[in-house]
Amino acid sequence: MEATLRPPRLLPSGDSAITVEFSQHIDDAANQRVLALDRAMTAAPIAGVTETVPTYRSLLVHYDPCRIEFESLSEKLLALAKIPASPNARTKHWRVPVAYGGENGIDLEDVAKTLNTTLEEIVARHVAGDYRVAMIGFTPGWSYLSGLEKLLHMPRRQNPRILTPPGTISIGGVQTGIQCLAGPSGWHLIGRTPMRTYQLHREPIFLLEPGDRITFFAIDEKSFAEQDKAAERGELVAELMSS
Amino acid sequence: MTRLIVTSIGPASSVQDGGRHGAQRYGLTPSGAMDRLALAAANTLLDNTPFAAAVEIGPFGAAFTARDGGVRVALSGAARSADIAGRPVAFDSSMTIPEGETLNLGFAKGGAFSYLAIEGGITGDPMFGSLAVNARAGLGSPYQRPLQAGDELPAKAASGAPERRIELPQATGEPIRVLFGPQDDEFADEAKQLFLASEWKISPTSDRMGYRLEGPVIKHLHGHNIVSDGTVDGSIQIPGNGTPIVLMPDRGTTGGYPKIATVISADIGRLAQTTAGTGFRFKAIGMAEAQMEAKKFAQLLRSLPDRLRAIESVELNLEALHDANVAGHAVSAVDAETWHPPV
Repeated sequence: MEATLRPPRLLPSGDSAITVEFSQHIDDAANQRVLALDRAMTAAPIAGVTETVPTYRSLLVHYDPCRIEFESLSEKLLALAKIPASPNARTKHWRVPVAYGGENGIDLEDVAKTLNTTLEEIVARHVAGDYRVAMIGFTPGWSYLSGLEKLLHMPRRQNPRILTPPGTISIGGVQTGIQCLAGPSGWHLIGRTPMRTYQLHREPIFLLEPGDRITFFAIDEKSFAEQDKAAERGELVAELMSS
Repeated sequence: MTRLIVTSIGPASSVQDGGRHGAQRYGLTPSGAMDRLALAAANTLLDNTPFAAAVEIGPFGAAFTARDGGVRVALSGAARSADIAGRPVAFDSSMTIPEGETLNLGFAKGGAFSYLAIEGGITGDPMFGSLAVNARAGLGSPYQRPLQAGDELPAKAASGAPERRIELPQATGEPIRVLFGPQDDEFADEAKQLFLASEWKISPTSDRMGYRLEGPVIKHLHGHNIVSDGTVDGSIQIPGNGTPIVLMPDRGTTGGYPKIATVISADIGRLAQTTAGTGFRFKAIGMAEAQMEAKKFAQLLRSLPDRLRAIESVELNLEALHDANVAGHAVSAVDAETWHPPV
């Protein structure tokens, strides 16, 4: 764990943003530090900082150079990054329904074949996982989850698809993810959730926060259709656990 | 109710403002005007707030008709031929479209985007503080998509205030300034030198998400995949084929290609107005200079009201304004000689 004690690298992203880089790899300990720094900056805002964007390995800090300069902000960020990562009491735990396979997860059979096992085994292992939202990015609500067990790791597709369905649950490399809107993806599509991570005219518009805990449970196609309608009406569909 | 009808419009034309900030952590792109100075100039001509919502008009022609009352508007950004019912009008000035008459705009000259501001600003239902269009996310007001012929923009009845022009710094054709990073260590010194020494052109496949550049191949040291991290307006990504993409306001919030450098904030509008096929170069500067330029740009934006001028004689000024337009105002907004400090 000594890597986690290293100070982060402060990389300029132009004149109005700093990338605070804790690791160059997908690294759970680094992600914990990213989220801890993000929380620290929410708890004690730095004047001139306009927005933060947590990712697996770094925190992008947008700022107004008319209000705070690079050197001064860098010092403050290095000081805050020394605070050890601690569990966030406000982190939510969501149980997310997923219809696996069939039309909802057109790659599930291929994944099972490639990993030399059965569809049932893939689903059983995927729902047994305990995941965390490592970052949200790319398109609105696209949630990248850490915690995928090694047996389910699978390189991304050679040919990304131009259009994949909204709510897709997929596997890409060492990650699993929840995609909200229809869009391109090079990941393996194993199922779909009726839950909307992004839904206008619902409170909250964005359901998940970086750091949230996620577990999945399997539902059948009929339940998917029902819950999809409920979600369209603005219901959360996912279960918020009281942990 | 008074309104402005979009009688004809080309692609890449949409309602834009200062952008949607605060939700990049949820994957929501900021959107907003490609050329913030031009947006602010058009709005200032009408005493609107600088980043009020206006029409961003892409390279093709457009026409707007006033209905149920005259509509006062202002034009800035890439110059075009412009007339109201056949009477020529000038860019970087305000004007009133009489009831039932049409403002006709030709193709953009010497730039890519023009801005049509409406007196009082375009009004609608902001989401995350912005009316800017983000079609993928279903955001934008009054339309959640680029503008089409037949669309209607609410307006207030023309105030009859005296028309004005605005004096903006002249275009300079200086290199686009960049700061190296955040992933310049993914490139050998030779690759960074090649990046700075080469002439680049904007590819015609560019859009509001990113400007693809044509020029030499920039090689990576360790391959083209990095673990995704956050992006900014002006991030210069080098994908697997080695041809740079400069990320623009409709960018993805995170990206997985190494970013060799970042265009300074003061020069993004100038890059946005660089037309496909026009050669340009990059110049690397240091952080202190980049932040000084950002401050000068902010001061230029604040000084816009001091740059307003009365239009005394329409005929006399049309010619002068036309000349100014031909020079375009893909400006070096930070040219010390043309920069006027705010009062």
